[in-house]
Amino acid sequence: MSTENKYFGQPLSRVDGPAKVNGQAKYAAEFYVPDLLYGYIINSTIAKGSIKKIHAEKALALTGVLKMFTHENRNRTAWLDLKYTDMDAPPGVPFKPLHSAQIKYNGQPIALVVAENFELARYAASLIHIDYEVEPHNTNLESNLGEARKPKKGLASLLKSGPPKSKGDVAKAYEKSEIKASGKFVHGMEHHNPMEMFASTVVYEPEGKLTIYDKTQGVVNSQLYVANVFGKAFKKVRVISPYVGGAFGSGLRPQYQLFLSVMAALDLKRSVKVSMNRHQMFSFGYRPRTIQNTRFGSNIEGKLQVLHHEAIAETSRFEDYTEIVVNWTNMMYPSENVNLDYKLVPLDVSTPLDMRAPGGVTGLHPIECTIDDLAYQSKIDPVQFRLINYSDVDSISGKPYSSKELKECFKQGGERFGWDKRDPEPRSMKRNGKLVGWGMAVGIWEALQLPARAEATLGADGKLIVSCATADIGTGTYTIMTQIAADCMGMDIGNVEFCLGDTNMPLAPVQGGSFTSATVGMAVHAACTGLQKKIIEQAKKIEPDIFKRINLDDIEFSSDSLRIKGHSGNFISLKDIVASTGKSDLKSRNTGLPDVLKQRKYARTTHSAVFAEVEVDEDFGIVKVTRIVSAIAAGKIINPKTAKSQILGGMVWGIGKALREESIMDHRFGRIMNANLAEYHIPVHADINDLEVIFVDEEDHIVNDLQIKGIGEIGIVGVAPAIANALFHATGKRIYDLPITLEKVMS
Amino acid sequence: MNPFVYTTVEKVDEATSLLSKNLNAKIIAGGTNLIDLMKENISKPDEIIDVNRIPGLDQIKELENGCIRLGALARNADTAYHPIIAKRYPLLSRAILAGASAQLRNMASNGGNLLQRTRCYYFYDTATPCNKRVPGSGCSAIGGYNRIHAILGASEDCIAVFPSDMCVALAALDATINISGSAGERSVAFADFHRLPGDTPHLDNNLQQDEMITSIDLPVNGFENNYAYLKLRDRTSYAFALVSVASAFEIEGSIIKEARLALGGLAHKPWRNKDAEDILTNKEASVENFSAAADLILKDAKAYDRNAFKIELARRAIVRNCLNAANLHSNPI
Repeated sequence: MSTENKYFGQPLSRVDGPAKVNGQAKYAAEFYVPDLLYGYIINSTIAKGSIKKIHAEKALALTGVLKMFTHENRNRTAWLDLKYTDMDAPPGVPFKPLHSAQIKYNGQPIALVVAENFELARYAASLIHIDYEVEPHNTNLESNLGEARKPKKGLASLLKSGPPKSKGDVAKAYEKSEIKASGKFVHGMEHHNPMEMFASTVVYEPEGKLTIYDKTQGVVNSQLYVANVFGKAFKKVRVISPYVGGAFGSGLRPQYQLFLSVMAALDLKRSVKVSMNRHQMFSFGYRPRTIQNTRFGSNIEGKLQVLHHEAIAETSRFEDYTEIVVNWTNMMYPSENVNLDYKLVPLDVSTPLDMRAPGGVTGLHPIECTIDDLAYQSKIDPVQFRLINYSDVDSISGKPYSSKELKECFKQGGERFGWDKRDPEPRSMKRNGKLVGWGMAVGIWEALQLPARAEATLGADGKLIVSCATADIGTGTYTIMTQIAADCMGMDIGNVEFCLGDTNMPLAPVQGGSFTSATVGMAVHAACTGLQKKIIEQAKKIEPDIFKRINLDDIEFSSDSLRIKGHSGNFISLKDIVASTGKSDLKSRNTGLPDVLKQRKYARTTHSAVFAEVEVDEDFGIVKVTRIVSAIAAGKIINPKTAKSQILGGMVWGIGKALREESIMDHRFGRIMNANLAEYHIPVHADINDLEVIFVDEEDHIVNDLQIKGIGEIGIVGVAPAIANALFHATGKRIYDLPITLEKVMS
Repeated sequence: MNPFVYTTVEKVDEATSLLSKNLNAKIIAGGTNLIDLMKENISKPDEIIDVNRIPGLDQIKELENGCIRLGALARNADTAYHPIIAKRYPLLSRAILAGASAQLRNMASNGGNLLQRTRCYYFYDTATPCNKRVPGSGCSAIGGYNRIHAILGASEDCIAVFPSDMCVALAALDATINISGSAGERSVAFADFHRLPGDTPHLDNNLQQDEMITSIDLPVNGFENNYAYLKLRDRTSYAFALVSVASAFEIEGSIIKEARLALGGLAHKPWRNKDAEDILTNKEASVENFSAAADLILKDAKAYDRNAFKIELARRAIVRNCLNAANLHSNPI
């Protein structure tokens, strides 16, 4: 059997686009059932201590207020900590909402007020007063660096390997290096801030069955959590999440509104909805504040001699959140002398959480700025410097890259940007009285594939439905899976529908880590291939068997029928094949498994070369990013339109990371003071100018048969260092702390 | 948000009468700030008086004496784009358009713009002490994260800044505010409307509980030939000013005959310094003279832990903006 790629690689518009713009696409808080109750969450206003007394008399006296849930009256939930462990839980003890009177961080959820309507619940919550026993807290990473220690290991460490052992003699090699560059890089805390806020609508059905509309990057993860925590059978918990209004990693773990809404629904035996407000979106998971030191050395010809890169990040007192920050150094650049170190400082804060390219965004900035520094000092063009140190082998694992078209990224990106017209001298370029700077950086991210299952169903109407319990967090999953399925079946895309976000569908991992396209794509491919076999088997049962003695390779799926290649007259329609079964459809449920035997011999990553231009008003320190060209090598691109959008989003966020975003903690209160979108500055339209994306063609028969590598993270990783390097070129000043606000640039 | 009664009125005296009867009543026009404050439990009115249906207050018209009257209910966007404002008072137009976002400017009223409350982080967070929100509770910004806070005219009780852009231009233009109250009507010079914090930071301005703003009068001179507005902030739009400057001059040859300078983002009210304007009068428009004016304005500036950069930033902004107003600088930001 064979088909041709008609849709794979085509810039199709999103299949879910119309539903999103006409309002038919429903998000977790937009589902309604009769007699729905509303919960409003109360969060702690101290960072450490315990709750002495909750004064709720006034609130509970209001007509229409049903109950306030606190640690004193909550339902019995699982006793074992392990039961609270979700699929993305780091080593440690997961936070358990309303577990006890103890306050572990400022903003911790401590009560839920449930009322007949939202306004009433919110008003009631405002009447509640809480007395605390306050204990001294510590939220300051800088003043606690002495507490830094190695992270604990756990299940999550499997996907997040720690730093490798040191190689060579780093101190001596640095001392002897002809060119040296070093820096201390401080990154502020950042919050995800997706447009849609976290919400769960829990529909309570007879016999305690729950249907939960949840904002999540993995319905299976939410189901697992609810079943384990509340001791319910999996079949009694159905989680649905058809649309997600952005998540960026924040939905990789079940958030506390899920716990609270389920708890209230089970206790009151009513349906309950709980949504967070924007302020509460700052009360859990974030990109941790991180302090990094680099010391790189090269010889005068630009050959790297030594790489030292250490990172210290904050985490909570109860979980060791880790990310891969320093390993990239040696994955990208070979050297004989390498020391990479990663430590954590536990503080009285909530646990950090994966945020778009976790660790990559953090680590690449120091790496690429220190490399840039070496290039300048050795008077070698920054692109040339990277070519001198280019490697087709990952120096940590010693494995060759399955594909690495980074040189082509340099070439195509550089040409489009006009890199060869650059005067390398800092402060040499001016325009409209402002300094102009050109900088570049490299990006890298993993190309993973995990196992997943999918089901392909051919209906009596001849239409195909493929389903998988994955998510579409705005990335385009609906669209690209429809494309893959349509091509695999040789069908018109209008006859193919892809469904996701429902625990009744076949199992998929959470959507994250840039692995969904490959993971679910291969599951869809497996299910469609399985279905094709069933269709052919069934077709051969139809008399007369026109496929008798026909080689499988000569049977072709073509639009709405099965035919013999080159014989236009010999075909059976798919509808007839389904009808011949006497049933309503033909189904196949299959698993897409990574080819581990093939993959394990290779390092599998995506790459990017990012070229940025800035204009700097030095009097005021105002930096304008006038242009970025990002050239991406990420295997085969399924849909250049949705892929471009994803890379553009990463570039915009890269600008935010470099210049704008920081959650500001007042350590006296251990509290984030700009927890709203007016004062937490994400870039606005006026901050964004020319952004260009190039997808470099890359063949890769190792990663998977579809040659998909995933692009969720690669768009952001190189952007902040490219901007910082452009800023150096413009001003001659290296600014190591992000975000680069104007007072850091003012001369 | 606490429960409230919602009333619509069609006459100014109905509104002021309701205000005088209920000390916890508030007027709503655009609601772009009030609703936020209510959601955050910072403002808890039990009665909301909707004045949007009062006829005539949304007008922008020329008076017999040549002054322009901006109705309190005219929207910020309609004001900025009004042909008379765009032509005769381009400084005001620029300042309005530097503020907020297009959506907010479409909704926000002129009267409401004058009554915006500070964007101090601590004022907005009921978990922290704030003298402006709860008199006597203390100022968390002092000793806290005060990067965006005042360097001029602050007190030991409050270092918050007033957030409006429009008001910086109105201050420079010497506007007059017309107010109606249960006791009748009165007019207040713009400079006397907003207050410095002193030991009463909970009072942003001198409007009484039973009063409402009905209009704002602009004097005949709009300085349409030599004006500039500069706003420096953390992103290119939808961010409050770290420093903003309105400069307006009458220039003959290269000599300044009249100077107006107002600053935003630096104090509890739009900041004007008459002495600095006086030292520019009858002087040449030059970097030296503008620097001297800037130095005079910032002579008593006081920085806190995080906002020392604002003093130098303000000095440079004043000089640059004055040069722009005098058409001497070719690099507008």
